[in-house]
Amino acid sequence: MAEIRVEHLRKAFGDFVAVQDSNFVVEDGEFFVMLGPSGCGKTTTLRMIAGLELPTGGKILLGGEDVTMRRARERDIAFVFQLFALYPHMNVRKNIGFPLLAQGMPGAEIRQRVEETAKLLRIDHLLNKSVSGLAGGDRQRVALGRAIVRRPKCFLMDEPLGTLDTEFRDLMVHELRELHNRIHATTVYVTHDQMEAMSMADKIAVMNHGVIEQFGTPREIYDRPATMFVADFIGSPPMNFLGFGGGLAKGSKEITVQGAKVAVPEVREDIAPADMALGIRPEHIRFDDASKLRGAIYGTEYLGTTQIVAVETADGIIKARVPAEIRLNAGDHVGLALRSARLSLFEKGSGRAVRTAIHDAASQGRAQHG
Amino acid sequence: MSLTSAHSVVAPSATSKRVAGTIIVLYALISIVPLLWIFATSFKTPPDSIAYPPKILFQPSIEGYCNLFSTRTRQTPEYINSLGPATGVCDETVRKRNMVIAGPSNFMPRFVNSLIIAFGSTFCAVFLGTLSAYGFSRFKVPLADDLLFFILSTRMMPPIAVAIPIYLMYRELGLSDTALGMILLYTAVNVSLAVWLLKGFIDEIPREYEEAAMIDGYTRLQAFWRTVLPQATTGIAATAIFCLIFAWNEYAFAALLTSGTAQTAPPFIPTIIGEGGQDWPAVAAGTTIFLVPILVFTILLRKQLLRGITFGAVRK
Repeated sequence: MAEIRVEHLRKAFGDFVAVQDSNFVVEDGEFFVMLGPSGCGKTTTLRMIAGLELPTGGKILLGGEDVTMRRARERDIAFVFQLFALYPHMNVRKNIGFPLLAQGMPGAEIRQRVEETAKLLRIDHLLNKSVSGLAGGDRQRVALGRAIVRRPKCFLMDEPLGTLDTEFRDLMVHELRELHNRIHATTVYVTHDQMEAMSMADKIAVMNHGVIEQFGTPREIYDRPATMFVADFIGSPPMNFLGFGGGLAKGSKEITVQGAKVAVPEVREDIAPADMALGIRPEHIRFDDASKLRGAIYGTEYLGTTQIVAVETADGIIKARVPAEIRLNAGDHVGLALRSARLSLFEKGSGRAVRTAIHDAASQGRAQHG
Repeated sequence: MSLTSAHSVVAPSATSKRVAGTIIVLYALISIVPLLWIFATSFKTPPDSIAYPPKILFQPSIEGYCNLFSTRTRQTPEYINSLGPATGVCDETVRKRNMVIAGPSNFMPRFVNSLIIAFGSTFCAVFLGTLSAYGFSRFKVPLADDLLFFILSTRMMPPIAVAIPIYLMYRELGLSDTALGMILLYTAVNVSLAVWLLKGFIDEIPREYEEAAMIDGYTRLQAFWRTVLPQATTGIAATAIFCLIFAWNEYAFAALLTSGTAQTAPPFIPTIIGEGGQDWPAVAAGTTIFLVPILVFTILLRKQLLRGITFGAVRK
């Protein structure tokens, strides 16, 4: 297993820049997820790490070794494709053993390794079956088997659960994470599905238009989004934005939104007057008739334990996640109370988050880790 | 409308199926008549073959086949009687016509030439076509579209349009009347078809298969050999049949460029007529035997052929 280090990685296809200037480190044994909408450059980044595309600029180091211009077969990595790429003309056993055959391993040893791997993935009963008859989940397991049988430096996975049914997907998310906990393989996993990312990742990089918008733990990304894009992309429903004007002074603890005073985490930097946005997650909104921030109920989505309530305010629809018991009718006027400690502030122009007290805990935490 | 009486708007109705079926059967019957005629004629005696009105029912004879495979000389009945007993069925048959078998005819060597040239050129065209199609399908080839068009353009005129230049070139190069020359020529004509057909088939094979193999430690050529080729067999088989049919049936170039040692069956068969009267049964026998390899090949690979014809009509 090995650490993956990506430095100033860039990829252009003609005039189109797929990856602008990516920098990140995946530590040894870490489960790293690249998350973003389609066309954001996450798959291109993965393919460059694999050696299937050559970068236009930058460096890729695997376990400290510069592999930027090496061929795929010289990198000692394993790749799981979205469509699994199981060879239809081979049975399960041959598919899993295929990478070992390339190394010229003797037949008996291949047999033994394939069987061990199949046991680990609980597909040993399928070894002599044809891959075309397998169910989606089993195909996925065979594809994983082909990846882990070689004990490579790292695993790269390109939306490996993308084609599975929802039901299977939840199961496989669980299995993948469990497998990772057992073998501790450095893994880079690409997906557009935030639930997969949040439930499996040690670290997430959120990408958009070829740029890594944020790199951090799932908790950091959810609680302290670095940009409005991240705040909007993560969370279901996503973070709400309320616009407000004027600058911010270092040390201020209050802003005015739609005529209502809202307490915010203490601001840690001076911001010149500009269009700003207050970001609030739906679960941090309460109904409080005393609040001056008001709106009319537009609609509700009942989810059993909670309900999502859409409230029409002067600045558009705001979604709140509130307990399911509360009875609400469309058209009712309600006051919105925001949980101040969990608010984020953004500069609308750049989309960048303003440094506030919520970031303090993060830097302290990092300092403790050294 | 209840569910039981609902009819599909896309599936053809029973009436239109019947009409279509009738037309197809009629067309098939009309198409097969000439073949049956040739087959029947090959088993007629020469007098029966030119009888008018044509005989539908007749006493079958293998005289046509005997004449096809042998050369004969006319002898006096006294001479024939002085010979010992007939050595075989053919000997007996030709003696009735006051002839004796002088030796084998040229049909077998010509037929073997046809086999060598048709299969040889098919192999070359499919081999080159597969590699080029793979290249065009997977790599950024500069001017790929123009090159593909250029390759296709060799098919845009009747090949015979270049017959005279090729005839002169072949004479200079010493390729006239050689199997190698004919293999090269048919390969050149077929390779454009092979590239285009195979490119379509290879485009359909996801590149993830090779990428997976290359990551798993194989070179590109090994990956091609182990993952692409096994999945392209259907396309390769379909392409091979098309190439083989062309090379097997080709008449014009064969007539122009081969006359002796490398002559193929198509230009040879008509020459049988001239040997000792209008020997239609022998011609028909030659044609019947000539049909057999293609028939066998097509029946063996009919699934792939059908897929090759309907290829591209339906996207999955």
